[in-house]
Amino acid sequence: MLTVSHVYYLAALLLAAAAWLNLRERHYGNALFWGILAAVFAGGDAVLSAHQAGNRWPAQCVGVGMLVLALLAGTGRLRRVEAATGELAERRASANRLGHRLFGPALLIAVITGALALGGKWLKIGDIALLSAQNSTLVALAIACSIALIAALRVTRAPVSRALSEHRRLLDTMGWAAVLPMLLAALGAVFLSTGVGDAIAAVTTAVIPVDSRVACVLAYAVGMLVFTMIMGNAFAAFPVMTGGIALPLLIGSHGADAAALGALGMLSGYCGTLLTPMAANFNMVPSALLELKNPYGVILAQWPTALALFAANIAFMLLFAFR
Amino acid sequence: MNYWPLLGVATVVLGFLLRLNAMIVVIASGVVSGLAAGLSIPDLLALLGESFVSNRSPLLIILTLPVIGLLEYAGLREHAQAWIARLRGLTLARLLIAYLGLRQLLSMIGLQHVCGHPQTVRPLLAPMAEGAAERQHPALSDSAREEVKALAAATDNVGLFFGEDVFVAIGAVLLIQGFYARSGIALEPISIALWAIPTALAAFAIHALRILAVQRRLARSEGSITPADGAHVDR
Repeated sequence: MLTVSHVYYLAALLLAAAAWLNLRERHYGNALFWGILAAVFAGGDAVLSAHQAGNRWPAQCVGVGMLVLALLAGTGRLRRVEAATGELAERRASANRLGHRLFGPALLIAVITGALALGGKWLKIGDIALLSAQNSTLVALAIACSIALIAALRVTRAPVSRALSEHRRLLDTMGWAAVLPMLLAALGAVFLSTGVGDAIAAVTTAVIPVDSRVACVLAYAVGMLVFTMIMGNAFAAFPVMTGGIALPLLIGSHGADAAALGALGMLSGYCGTLLTPMAANFNMVPSALLELKNPYGVILAQWPTALALFAANIAFMLLFAFR
Repeated sequence: MNYWPLLGVATVVLGFLLRLNAMIVVIASGVVSGLAAGLSIPDLLALLGESFVSNRSPLLIILTLPVIGLLEYAGLREHAQAWIARLRGLTLARLLIAYLGLRQLLSMIGLQHVCGHPQTVRPLLAPMAEGAAERQHPALSDSAREEVKALAAATDNVGLFFGEDVFVAIGAVLLIQGFYARSGIALEPISIALWAIPTALAAFAIHALRILAVQRRLARSEGSITPADGAHVDR
């Protein structure tokens, strides 16, 4: 059975390949950066099971590795490869020759991921499922990428080494922005265990007039927005704000409808996700991927949508939660 | 209650305001918040390391990179751009609004991973948007080009966020349901998901209007050969 562990090993191989290619070109900063991550992906399951067994030094080693990653990124030791993917004229000629066939492998990723995510549970040999039910979309994505890679190698008639060097070029283009989401998740865990969320909820409830229904709705919505911006993730904000404001005040005292309030509260948080560099995989990674000059370019493009939608969301809360 | 861990939040805000490297800001904030709460250094390192490893999945987008890189080497972006530039009726606004609707619908039926920044935005949507804008405004400036690419990424985000919550089996809906269940309020996931529909419709309307507004502004500032829908070429 294919599980998400196999997918992590595949990612470890790709990271190790990028580290090796950088090492050969004496880009030691990049090589160390991707090398540490390759080790984290290869040994991840072992670290977690050791941690559960009460053996903490492997997790502490990862912690030290994270400090090294941050120092490499923060001191500018990571180099981007200049966009030297063949000459522009060559790429245009190849584009003319291959035409729409180039779309095929790219669309295969989407189609196979979708098909396996929806129908993968029926793929069985005897009673053994081929795909694990947990994280099935990640397994589906990995299978889709593998099949699409074979298709891409056939369409472009390029050798496998070319696929690896192009992978390394894109990875170096994204640089540390690719790792930021993992680092932020770790920060979220620290905030959780140090009681940052409870402190924020306590401060919020201390300053709002609890008798006013509108004031409570505003406090809940703004709280979700701001706390999501700080944590970079509406999921982290939801239990804190809903437990601190929505349950006792809105649902308890003012009789709000829990289903509507919860859904709209979460969506208010999503408006905050559009506004914050802490939501790195949605806002900072694309800026790096699209090679924008301003790292905050994506946030600048979406803040008007986010604020207008946030206002609409507050109106929906007042309308639908108090029918 | 110990309010000192809030210093970690202040570190984040200050670091981003000073535009320091985000990796340094995040690590510093974790250390400040942990020490303020009285965690020892070994405890803090173990906590950081364990949660870093538990949250490996966001980096799995790198699995797409060999495919996308190879296709880019063979001219995928150039082809996407040239193909869109040949389609006369396809304006920047029509392209992005169609993608927004498609992204929302796919997310609503649970296909969130079908599209994304590495899979579709960098290799397809962004070059197509550039191609469409270039046909409308042949002398497209660099800053306008940046804006068009950023808007393509923003459109993907808006479509994903405000489509997925309508899907019953998505993490957000199950998180809401689970949270309420632990607090003694039993709800069906479908009753939560339905309340995401008004916001989904509002998101489509608001972002579509904004895309049209950007197209109109480009028509004014960049000059155009084919006036875009409803463009005012005054000034």
